[in-house]
Amino acid sequence: MYAQMVKTDTTSVKTREEMSAEERAFQDRVDADIKIEAKDWMPENYRKTLIRQISQHAHSEIVGQLPEANWLTRAPTLERKAILLAKIQDEAGHGLYLYCAAETLGVSRDELTEQLLTGKAKYSSIFNYPTLTWADVGTIGWLVDGAAIMNQVPLQRCSFGPYSRAMIRVCKEESFHQRQGYDALMKMCLKGTAAQKAMCQDAFNRWWWPSLMMFGPPDKESVHSAQSMAWKIKLNSNDELRQKFVDQTVPQAEYLGLEIPDPNLSWNEERGHYDFGEIDWSELFSVVRGDGPCNRERLAARRKAWDDGAWFREGLMAHAEKKSARKDTQKNAA
Amino acid sequence: MSSEDPLFDYTLRLGDSCIVLAQRISEWVGHAPILEEDIGIANIALDLVGQGRLWLDLAGEIEGQGRDADALAYHRDAGAYRNHLLTEQPNGDFGQTIMRQFLFDAWYLPLLKGLSQSNDSRVAAIAEKAAKEASYHHARHTDLVISLGDGTEESHDRMQAALDVLWPYTGEMLTADKIDGTLCEAGTAPDLAGIEQVWNDHVSKTLTAATLTQPESNFMQSGGKAGRHSEHLGFLLAEMQFLQRAYPDAVW
Repeated sequence: MYAQMVKTDTTSVKTREEMSAEERAFQDRVDADIKIEAKDWMPENYRKTLIRQISQHAHSEIVGQLPEANWLTRAPTLERKAILLAKIQDEAGHGLYLYCAAETLGVSRDELTEQLLTGKAKYSSIFNYPTLTWADVGTIGWLVDGAAIMNQVPLQRCSFGPYSRAMIRVCKEESFHQRQGYDALMKMCLKGTAAQKAMCQDAFNRWWWPSLMMFGPPDKESVHSAQSMAWKIKLNSNDELRQKFVDQTVPQAEYLGLEIPDPNLSWNEERGHYDFGEIDWSELFSVVRGDGPCNRERLAARRKAWDDGAWFREGLMAHAEKKSARKDTQKNAA
Repeated sequence: MSSEDPLFDYTLRLGDSCIVLAQRISEWVGHAPILEEDIGIANIALDLVGQGRLWLDLAGEIEGQGRDADALAYHRDAGAYRNHLLTEQPNGDFGQTIMRQFLFDAWYLPLLKGLSQSNDSRVAAIAEKAAKEASYHHARHTDLVISLGDGTEESHDRMQAALDVLWPYTGEMLTADKIDGTLCEAGTAPDLAGIEQVWNDHVSKTLTAATLTQPESNFMQSGGKAGRHSEHLGFLLAEMQFLQRAYPDAVW
């Protein structure tokens, strides 16, 4: 997932009467589940909102490499190291084809990178939390990738063709990521030592609430949702997906023997769902604003990579130009 | 068979070089100059971890003491490591990392091709599989060295500096010791003299295309193959082995 609080630049959803003929025809296609392709006519706000949403998603994949890569050189076995490398490589690959999907809307990857590095564009709040132990790596796979899948599975059916197709591919890999995370925790919780189990509980305590925040603010405060849902670039409400995530995750935590860090969590027979405690929304808003535990480090790391790599990119470009100039000279001589 | 078997040390050299190199390039993941390089570098690290596991599992089998790849990777100190000194050298800038990979691949690929003809079927099978991956690495790093050497003035100077720093660590891979000699005579490993020739040809052609100058100094460092390492390896292993050392009874 990794797109939160995406602005739509609209104050309210237009009625059919308020729409122009083009807008009506567009909405009819969306309502009929016909995919919108890059060259089709689309409302300017739809295009802008999609660029924000897809690029936010792409940026999240890129920044999301950092907390996990923090443990690459300390992975406890060669197999775990290989799995983690494969996972991070997948995330970078997701970033790559999401940037490509965004480019179909008329924006370049360099512009989007610039927006990330200047702090103009956002990425998911979750990647601003630190990975303090090896158990965090498993917990991220289980909870963070789990929450992402919850949001991305419906997006496979979203109205914009390139995005929906990217999601189909992304979802396949994310579900492998979630399973490997849970597998790592099963090993530690069910077969490991007391110290390992404590490490897992500590990681779970730290990641539980931030994972619930990944779904965005509560529906009553989610100002841009109605328009995104009418456009079918958001298919379920934040609270709906959050509830689904809690219902799915609680039994998984119980199987691992982990305690949910929420004294108010209980099964509600009548609703057929788990009730859970109030989320500290001030924390989410603070992290989104840039004041989370690792916001500054994450952006600084990305900026450093980009700035330090300038000579490398320039070198490759210069060589490519020389090569094509030589080819032209040869062609002209022949 | 036992740890006296020269093939034990020989497979450790291969496995340790792969693992140490993978460890080094993993440091770049998420920090590379462009997204495609993040993906590329992770992919190569992944291949090297895979190959390292195969070589070390075979080393454990030859030793016959019940040690597998993990036991060998995580529970030996620097003095018992047999990787080439080149592989443990710090990353430097991205150019230095690419240069290190290039110099390694230029040796590793022809060696693997030779080993795929080994009279030891286990060695031949691993080498054949690894050669497929290594030939991709070889082509990629050769291209990058040429592009960056013959790129901008800055990229050229950085690549020349990288070559000058790393050059003294290349001799060890190409100089046969007693173990190399014994295994060559037995038909288990190829003659390093032949590998050296292929290496020289490829490196010199590539450097010319890259407009880089091969260093004139003949001074070469050595010792990695015998367990005498640079100061860098201890830190690399301290990081890599931390969890296994801190939680000795744990399962992962």
